[in-house]
Amino acid sequence: MGMSTYSAFSLFREALSGHKGWERVWRDPEPKPEYDVIVVGGGGHGLATAYYLAKNHGIHNVAVLEKGWLGGGNTGRNTTIIRSNYMIDGNTHFYEWSLKLWEGLSQDLNFNAMVSQRGQLNLVSTPAQWDAAARRGNVMRACGIDAELLSREEVRTIVPYLDYSGNARFPVLGALWQARAGTARHDAVAWGFARAADKRGVDIIQNCEVLGFARDGDAVTGVATTRGVIKAKKVGLAVAGHTGHLAEKAGLRLPIESHKLQAFVSEGIKPFIDHVIGWGAHHFYISQSDKGGLVYGGDLDGYNSYAQRGNLPIIEDVAQAACALIPSIRNLRMVRHWAGIMDMTMDGSPIIDKTPVPGLYLNGGWCYGGFKATPASGWCFAHTIARDEPHAFNAKLRFDRFRRGVHIDEKGMGPNPALH
Amino acid sequence: MLIIHCPLCGPRADKEFTYGGDANRTRPSDDADEAAWYDYVFLRDNPKGWHIEFWQHAQGCRAWLKVERHTVTHEIRKVTACRNGRNG
Ligand SMILES: Cc1cc2nc3c(=O)[nH]c(=O)nc-3n(C[C@H](O)[C@H](O)[C@H](O)COP(=O)(O)OP(=O)(O)OC[C@H]3O[C@@H](n4cnc5c(N)ncnc54)[C@H](O)[C@@H]3O)c2cc1C
Ligand SMILES: [Zn+2]
Repeated sequence: MGMSTYSAFSLFREALSGHKGWERVWRDPEPKPEYDVIVVGGGGHGLATAYYLAKNHGIHNVAVLEKGWLGGGNTGRNTTIIRSNYMIDGNTHFYEWSLKLWEGLSQDLNFNAMVSQRGQLNLVSTPAQWDAAARRGNVMRACGIDAELLSREEVRTIVPYLDYSGNARFPVLGALWQARAGTARHDAVAWGFARAADKRGVDIIQNCEVLGFARDGDAVTGVATTRGVIKAKKVGLAVAGHTGHLAEKAGLRLPIESHKLQAFVSEGIKPFIDHVIGWGAHHFYISQSDKGGLVYGGDLDGYNSYAQRGNLPIIEDVAQAACALIPSIRNLRMVRHWAGIMDMTMDGSPIIDKTPVPGLYLNGGWCYGGFKATPASGWCFAHTIARDEPHAFNAKLRFDRFRRGVHIDEKGMGPNPALH
Repeated sequence: MLIIHCPLCGPRADKEFTYGGDANRTRPSDDADEAAWYDYVFLRDNPKGWHIEFWQHAQGCRAWLKVERHTVTHEIRKVTACRNGRNG
């Protein structure tokens, strides 16, 4: 069923024929009895992994198994911020590689991921935060990543609508600015990777929940699913907040707790917030979607949870931060809020690695930051699965780093998952 | 909003409490080997279901509580006060 290439010409052709000729975007195949690689989880990470397995490593006999629908997990629930302002060795180059992949993603996938490099301001409110921002910016620049420290007056010319009055509880002293940061369209990322993977022979199988593993001695040789047993030479997990739950079925205990993070959207307004703004005085971030709604969020609810819904204290907390920072949005109505379940690791950084179980590979622990990581995560996980060794960019994101004492703790919070 | 029934103060909103995580772990002896400490400090069962966890009534009586809560429904079925802080 040869899938056509999207172009201005195809749009024009379809416009002339009443848009009746568009083909479905990916196939809906029955699972085969066996694959070379099964990727569990049809979020951005699982789909990107399948795409790069086919594209970079020539492994096309691949299935992505998704228990619900593509992008129904955190891919479709996140606030879509992409950036590469990480400071600790192991993260810095990984996230920068991801941002580089984002920059060419729409062309590579032939699907508009709506990558918008509108720039991100990380606001600074105390002298200590100023020093920390300067240090972070210096590390970024030393690694060839764009970063600029802006004074209060410079910030004021870019975002004049913040509270600069003498009454501000947390005054804006300046910001660390990354001009290449921004947002991308979450659903399009899932759909674009799915279409491009499908085109290269990957089977994308929705409504197929993995319940456990087929084993031969120690080794994993396939998965037991709601649609029967499916064999595979290698199985990779990319199930976001459910990593601990699924890994347990293979006998693994992980340095992970599952927590929920909420996101909020206001009623739509005319273009107002042109950048991404993050605020460390009171964990808070905000941007404006193309539909006009303000999209914002803050801290985790703070206790173990697998419920994709948030509780009231955080709604109040985040709304207070929003009103304190941007007083003019006080009268806006919040129209929706929801939550997603995230793996929170003991150092706040992810894991892309082989596991001690032969045949089982793990991609998880994405905490707050997994959306921006999507392309590089798929790139590195595909490499790890195909070559049985990590890529240079995930060489430090290892499973056993806690045992070895080489944590990647950007926030310096120690083994307190809820605080990262 | 979670309502936690503090045995000392009665039903209170979760905002008054600080979460202390999995309460099923036992602190190894000071001379235990590294593997035992690794296990205690870093690994979690992280169940999808009933979870026994610590909460401190930080803005109330300041007692540490052991709470049995369901991680999908958030139902709380048992709360007891610890005699010995986070050591149980
Ligand atoms: C509210 C919120 C805001 C966020 N904001 C940002 C942000 O601004 N920037 C950023 O970089 N990151 C952000 N994140 C984090 C980011 O969304 C996640 O880290 C990332 O999406 C996780 O990877 P994924 O896309 O593969 O996950 P998902 O899309 O959740 O994919 C995992 C999939 O696995 C499936 N699955 C689970 N168990 C099974 C099973 N047993 N069998 C089959 N399938 C299974 C799920 O149904 C799901 O579709 C945010 C997260 C949340 C919740
Ligand atoms: Zn009390």
